[in-house]
Amino acid sequence: MSALVIAGRELRSLFVTPFGWIALAVVQFVVAWLFLVQLEGFVQLQSRLAAVPGAPGVTDLVVAPVLAQVAVLLLLVMPLVSMRAISGERQVGTLNLLLAAPVSAGDIVIGKFLGTLCFGLLLLGLVTLMPLALLAGTTLDLGKLLAGLLGMALLTATLASVGLLLSSLVTQPAAAAAGTFGLLLLLWIVDAGVAPDSALAWLSLSHHLQPFLRGLVDSGDAAYYLLLTAVCLALSVRRLEGGRRV
Amino acid sequence: MNSESLVVVEGLRRDYGSRCAIRDLDFTVARGEVLGLLGPNGAGKSTTLQVLSGCLAATAGRITLAGHDLEQHPQRAKAALGYLPEQPPLHRSLTVDEYLDYCARLHGLRGKVLRGARERAKARCGLIADGRRLIAQLSKGYQQRVGIAQAILHDPPVVILDEPTVGLDPNQIRAIRDLVRDLGQDRAVILSTHILPEVEAVCDRVLILHQGRAVYADQVAAAGGETHGTQIICAFRKPPEHTQLGALSGVEGVEPLGDGRFLIRHAPGASPAEILAVASAEGGWGLRELSPHRLSLEQLFVKLTCREELW
Repeated sequence: MSALVIAGRELRSLFVTPFGWIALAVVQFVVAWLFLVQLEGFVQLQSRLAAVPGAPGVTDLVVAPVLAQVAVLLLLVMPLVSMRAISGERQVGTLNLLLAAPVSAGDIVIGKFLGTLCFGLLLLGLVTLMPLALLAGTTLDLGKLLAGLLGMALLTATLASVGLLLSSLVTQPAAAAAGTFGLLLLLWIVDAGVAPDSALAWLSLSHHLQPFLRGLVDSGDAAYYLLLTAVCLALSVRRLEGGRRV
Repeated sequence: MNSESLVVVEGLRRDYGSRCAIRDLDFTVARGEVLGLLGPNGAGKSTTLQVLSGCLAATAGRITLAGHDLEQHPQRAKAALGYLPEQPPLHRSLTVDEYLDYCARLHGLRGKVLRGARERAKARCGLIADGRRLIAQLSKGYQQRVGIAQAILHDPPVVILDEPTVGLDPNQIRAIRDLVRDLGQDRAVILSTHILPEVEAVCDRVLILHQGRAVYADQVAAAGGETHGTQIICAFRKPPEHTQLGALSGVEGVEPLGDGRFLIRHAPGASPAEILAVASAEGGWGLRELSPHRLSLEQLFVKLTCREELW
């Protein structure tokens, strides 16, 4: 219950300052641009595609690529969303409020995670309105769209948890953001130039997103994201408890 | 007065790496008692309070708050605790009401109970008219009041205040002192400060820390009292010789203060005041002042905490 109180506070704190609004607006604007470019390309190809039997449709050629680009944007934005979660509170001294309150370290971490995740999902929901607008003029493969969104939601959870872990490790929010971004970028590109079935490829964040965007919900891919999220959250709890001892 | 011990500290020790911040600390605070924690900067006051509040873990020792062990049942112990850290833990982007509501929810208060608690805390801290103001726009003194309101919001039996009057003007300091005395009626209050008159004004007992150790722990009244009074000040119109005074029975040392005044040291509990008066009458010295020289809390503080630096 107290985790929800903390989550609500975390989400609100993103919107009582301009940061939350600016992040949403900038992402929305950039995605709109990418979406229109993608749509333009599709419209030009459309007449030729119509002649090919079994050709990819608008979901494959517009929605999936846009979601892939949104994933990269999330990689940039989520470290900024999560950076203050614990390090910011430590910096201004409000962490003591939580530590002296009758809430456990687990409650604090889960609350912070849920707050950050809600912001990420809100962002994802807003940009999803653009592909959904296509329903007015054409039909979408909703199954594929949902699979893609599920993958994106799992990715968002992982980004939030990695950000939270880095935020719990340092005192300066900027250092948390830089560390988170570096770690996420490394996890994103770690499969570049290696065989798709190698261990390095398995570690990659992007490698596990591709099947979702193709409409394939693989429990292995889902497990990868959930596992990474759980590990980061557990380490954050440990760090928060251990921080009292040093 | 109820003598139930709400805070029990046994063998407390806290290290920062290889540096020991506090060691061998034992004390209790009963309901209805205000304990003043005194000490020079760096003596370990804030560390002690941070450990008591659970913000820092103890390296060794046991802390019991309202009957609950802080390490084994941290949530039950912390539910009984209100804590104002040295730096008030305020969310500056919230209004006073929003912030206090958040703090109350962290303590599990909801609905009508929450609103009642918030309004009571605001009334006690003089914040009734400021509920809708942003904390960032409040002056330092008002921010301090919000910090105190946060600490007493959930009506905890144990209240810990780390330098609550720092940065306040004299009127506000008086208001906070009244509040602390009021809180001390039915709670256990621990107050850290380096303002000595504050301790004399509001505390029942005092604990002086120096280099992480408790160097003095007793009733505030006793700090200036008989147990430490081993000096007499006397003055004569026609002062006798230094040696004449030294020869009187019970006198251990004489120190001329000029203008016929002397500081006379004696053994504890064996005041030579009567002998002095008789000797003065016989010798015609013209005794015009004779008073026990009591150590004030300030002198006691200086005596206990400056020793190392002087030697």
